[in-house]
Amino acid sequence: MPKANVTFEDIGVTVTVPAGTRLIEISEKVGAGITYGCREGECATCMMKIVSGMENMTERSVLEDKVLQENMASRKHRLACQAQVLGGEIVVRPG
Amino acid sequence: MTEAPVAIAPDVYWIGALDPQLRVFDVILKTANGTTYNAYCVRGATGVAVIDTVKAEYADTFFERLEQVARYDEITVIVLNHLEPDHTGALPELMRRAPQARLYISVKAQLMLKGLLKSEDLSYTPVDTGDTVDLGGRTLTFLNTPFLHWPDTQCTYLNEEALLFSGDVFGCHFCDPRLFNDRVGDFRFSFEYYYQHIMRPFREHVRYGLDLIEPLDLKLIAPAHGPILRDTPRAYVQRYRQLAAPLLHNEAADRAKTLVIFYISSYGNTALMALAVRDGAESIDGVRASLYDLQGGEVTPFVDLIEEADGIVFGSPTINGDAVKPIWDLLSSLAVVNIKDKLGAAFGSYGWTGEAVQMLEDRLRGLKLRVPVAGVRVKLIPTGEELARCHEFGKQLAEHLTGRASRRVIDMSELLKEPSHAQG
Ligand SMILES: Cc1cc2nc3c(=O)[nH]c(=O)nc-3n(C[C@H](O)[C@H](O)[C@H](O)COP(=O)(O)O)c2cc1C
Ligand code: FES
Ligand SMILES: [Fe+2]
Ligand SMILES: [Fe+2]
Repeated sequence: MPKANVTFEDIGVTVTVPAGTRLIEISEKVGAGITYGCREGECATCMMKIVSGMENMTERSVLEDKVLQENMASRKHRLACQAQVLGGEIVVRPG
Repeated sequence: MTEAPVAIAPDVYWIGALDPQLRVFDVILKTANGTTYNAYCVRGATGVAVIDTVKAEYADTFFERLEQVARYDEITVIVLNHLEPDHTGALPELMRRAPQARLYISVKAQLMLKGLLKSEDLSYTPVDTGDTVDLGGRTLTFLNTPFLHWPDTQCTYLNEEALLFSGDVFGCHFCDPRLFNDRVGDFRFSFEYYYQHIMRPFREHVRYGLDLIEPLDLKLIAPAHGPILRDTPRAYVQRYRQLAAPLLHNEAADRAKTLVIFYISSYGNTALMALAVRDGAESIDGVRASLYDLQGGEVTPFVDLIEEADGIVFGSPTINGDAVKPIWDLLSSLAVVNIKDKLGAAFGSYGWTGEAVQMLEDRLRGLKLRVPVAGVRVKLIPTGEELARCHEFGKQLAEHLTGRASRRVIDMSELLKEPSHAQG
């Protein structure tokens, strides 16, 4: 199975994960500062910044795109409960 | 009690409702004499605005008052400063009676409005700070003030009257038909209590909102609950500024990050561990570590302490398969402060099962703290080597607080094993 390396900048930890993993699954296990609320892509509590590697993530769904826009997020932001990793290197941090 | 509207400025009317019987609000607040749901109507030369409505049960009085100051077909604008049901209960009916009126809500209120009215097919104008609406000789200016008290909240300023319709901010649950702050009974305690329970968890957002509000000329503040502030309105703004500031400054500024360690111990084992954790944390420059026995204090001052701390650590023995009650009591009292993104950790001595540490870590994560260092568990009396592990644990926590933690690479499969951290 393809693997991806996700680095959580705030705690300085890189986790090797199988493709398809949602970022929230990793961040909550590793204890990074990305928090969550609804886990269903509605509340935007889990909004985080992709420092690099956006191309290694799934595309925004219609719902995620809408919620991000309504929360005035930049193109670099994603919802950790929605975005899945595809492979390669990804660097994220809370915010 | 009169059902008449009350003029609060030229062509500006209070059209809200009194709810003197209410005793408990939103589960978490008490009120000894009820509350008011304040709604307002502003008349201009070319338009009429209704600002907020009331709780659904009070819709009749709201419409009765509204009808005395405007016809429904005159209403051009409905402003919702806050979508909580205590202010939007009469909205669906108002929209039916004044279908031509345009809704103005904050950008973040959009999804909430759809959820509230259970409709995707709504037309409204999302507004942000600085956006305006003209009513003919009168201008409403919007201030985006999120989280005062929900993500959607905003304030609306009537430029020509220097009048701020503030929503929940500067409000309180206090019911007195005399309405104005210089007429009603002594409501100061209600004002403070309301801040502590509604606004305090959003302290950073309060400061952000105050930055927008303070530069305004303010003749009158018309909040969504309680007295209308016409006598020294700015005093209430200043009071908010004080309330949103830390109680005292951190005098040990050279040790800029604060780590607070709470513990409980029946035979002294967890206490020994706590001392070692404290010493480990203190061995790192830039950290001020403090140690408290939870049995020697009460919840409220500890909540104040946690509000100002950068990291919090809990030491608990395992007693009957659980962490001890004073820790749970403290952890269930933190909803009034913002603890998101603080550093959290747990440790403790145990006899045979030792669930306490894991349970506390899970709870800390649930409270949205980051828990990057796995807790230390020691069977019964800690040995010298185990105390060294506690020392190292404290040191690692301090390194995380000061941004000096060493980088690590781990595999997801390790994270999925128990306990839920890779390091041990
Ligand atoms: C009433 C009581 C119940 C206990 N229940 C448990 C338990 O369920 N699981 C466990 O691992 N240890 C249990 N213990 C053992 C304590 O966790 C152990 O004695 C520990 O070292 C106490 O640490 P302290 O000196 O810091 O209080 C229990 C001890 C007492 C006194
Ligand atoms: S947790 Fe609510 S949007 Fe992700
Ligand atoms: Fe509210
Ligand atoms: Fe309210």
